[in-house]
Amino acid sequence: MNIHSIAIQETTEAVLEATDVVKVLGSGAGEVRALKGVSLSLAPGELTLLMGPSGSGKTTLLSVLGCMMTPTQGSVRVCGHSTKEAGPEELAKLRRDHIGYVFQSYHLFPTLSALDNVRLALDVRGEHGRAAVARAKEALATVGLLHKLRSYPRQLSGGEQQRVAIARAIVGKASAILADEPTAALDSQNGHAIMEVLARIAEDPTRAVLVVTHDPRIVPFAKRIVRIEDGRIVGEERAQQGEERSSVEERDADDERGVVVKRKWMQR
Amino acid sequence: MTVMADPFAMSLAFKLAQRNLFHDRLRLVATVVGIVFSIVLVTVQLGLYFGFGRMVTTMIDHASGDLWIIPAGAKSFEDPSPLDERNRFAALSANGVFDVTAVVIGFAEWRLPSGGTTPVFVIGSDVRGPGLHPWNVVAGSIDALAIPNTVAVDQTYFERLGVTGLGATAEIRDQKVEVAAITKGIRSFTTTPYVFTSLDRARAYTGTAANKAAFFLVHLAPKANVGSVQKRLQASLTDVEVLTQAEFRERSRTFWLFDTGAGAALFAGALLGVIVGTVIVAQTLYSSTKDHINEFATLRAIGSSGRYIHQVIIWQALLNAVIGFTIAASIGFVIVDQTAESALPIVMTPALTIGLFALTVFMCVTSAFAAIIKVMRIDPAMVFTQ
Repeated sequence: MNIHSIAIQETTEAVLEATDVVKVLGSGAGEVRALKGVSLSLAPGELTLLMGPSGSGKTTLLSVLGCMMTPTQGSVRVCGHSTKEAGPEELAKLRRDHIGYVFQSYHLFPTLSALDNVRLALDVRGEHGRAAVARAKEALATVGLLHKLRSYPRQLSGGEQQRVAIARAIVGKASAILADEPTAALDSQNGHAIMEVLARIAEDPTRAVLVVTHDPRIVPFAKRIVRIEDGRIVGEERAQQGEERSSVEERDADDERGVVVKRKWMQR
Repeated sequence: MTVMADPFAMSLAFKLAQRNLFHDRLRLVATVVGIVFSIVLVTVQLGLYFGFGRMVTTMIDHASGDLWIIPAGAKSFEDPSPLDERNRFAALSANGVFDVTAVVIGFAEWRLPSGGTTPVFVIGSDVRGPGLHPWNVVAGSIDALAIPNTVAVDQTYFERLGVTGLGATAEIRDQKVEVAAITKGIRSFTTTPYVFTSLDRARAYTGTAANKAAFFLVHLAPKANVGSVQKRLQASLTDVEVLTQAEFRERSRTFWLFDTGAGAALFAGALLGVIVGTVIVAQTLYSSTKDHINEFATLRAIGSSGRYIHQVIIWQALLNAVIGFTIAASIGFVIVDQTAESALPIVMTPALTIGLFALTVFMCVTSAFAAIIKVMRIDPAMVFTQ
């Protein structure tokens, strides 16, 4: 095993699994090793936060885990499927079949209604017709926006737009929901509402949710926190079984000694 | 039981394309103007091409006869050199030939009643048998041409010929002629008026000897094989060519359209229209795609296949094509109507209309390639940084 990586043991079968992932971006003088041997697996039924400073490799890791990029070295498996040597179309299929995305700036289609924005995730899978509409409505109901299904993004608040984006991510029954700073553009009330929705989705035993964030206010929603710095995972913190979200314990893993340090999280 | 159609059965790709297109109305207008300009230009050029092609063969098309005996090497109907009447007799003796009629053509001077002259193109054949007679007769009759010194002229040329209708008189080669039949729409692409008359009068007006003719039209006996008779005649006659009507039409068309360069110029204009249209549509589609690049990246990020994205762009291109073509065709029909009575009418046939639509679709879809290449190079991970 790469000495810079920390293997995180999971008891259940991982939805997403990265092993010793190295990702080099750019070339020549502009070459950057964005990930330097990262191993991480996401188990279904839990919400994991990926935290770290700017430039630490969070987004690159999210891209690699989410099959938008292939690793330079190491391997990524999505629901048992390896991304190794996968071309753009194979990666797109893996995303389509297994992964739902939630973006910081929502990325909704301004010319489509909320319902159509959600339907689109089914449409790209070849699912059309009344059944697809029913599923899109169900997803909107899950995020509490059934009453806004005919609204266009410009007619929705930021929080509502993000909820539509979440509905789009979950409508295809994705096994992994990857959210990139989903609360960054929202006020605290809306951010809290979004995290409640994501936490509820993570309770589904078939789904894993990974949230990349800087926002310490959302820590209480996580079952697990993974910290990344300089392209390496430098710590993992996990809420103890049965513990209240507002008082979970963190464990930091030292990548060389494997020592687990526990400390109390600060309450929000 | 009535089965209701599912309104959601169609892919959202079309809706997305349509919304992308109509979202920026100014760009849509620019694109449509480009397509309309291009297709109207192509319509006019091809309409002129087909109109010209039709006009240069109109005499051949309206002649009755299965085979044409023409001077060897004659390039077109308007390129006569006299054939000897012996060819007619030789042809008449061939197996499978029922009749052979002479056609005399040539330029002559038409002296207006008010003084002055204008050139005319005289066409004469035996008015009592099959041959090359005026058509679209709107006043008088073909039979009236059997009366000595009578002619048929087209009403389009009344002013040029200084006549006003039936019974009007003028002179050709110092011989008095009287208008005994009037036609409508027999115009010459050379703008020189056609004057139909009997065979002997045509010889007199054009200075052709009594034993000479420009062409001979061969009428086959029932059940005679055209190819066999053609070969027999070609073998037995000297210094002539024996062509079917289709062959002579093609030769004449090829000469006027290509050997003279007229058709090439029209084609070049049409090609220019296609190039201009393709560039305009490609440019606008490309910039529209660039404007919606985040949306395409999002589509890619949520797992859409390349095929799905192609569909969106090609739907956009097809919508452009349909809107542009509808407007262009409407303008084209107005132009066709306005030029119908001109010396060189622009022709719009159903086949040409379908062909132009196919060309518009081809042009727009081809134009989509640049946009497709752009989109397929998108890194879906860019959605994280936007």
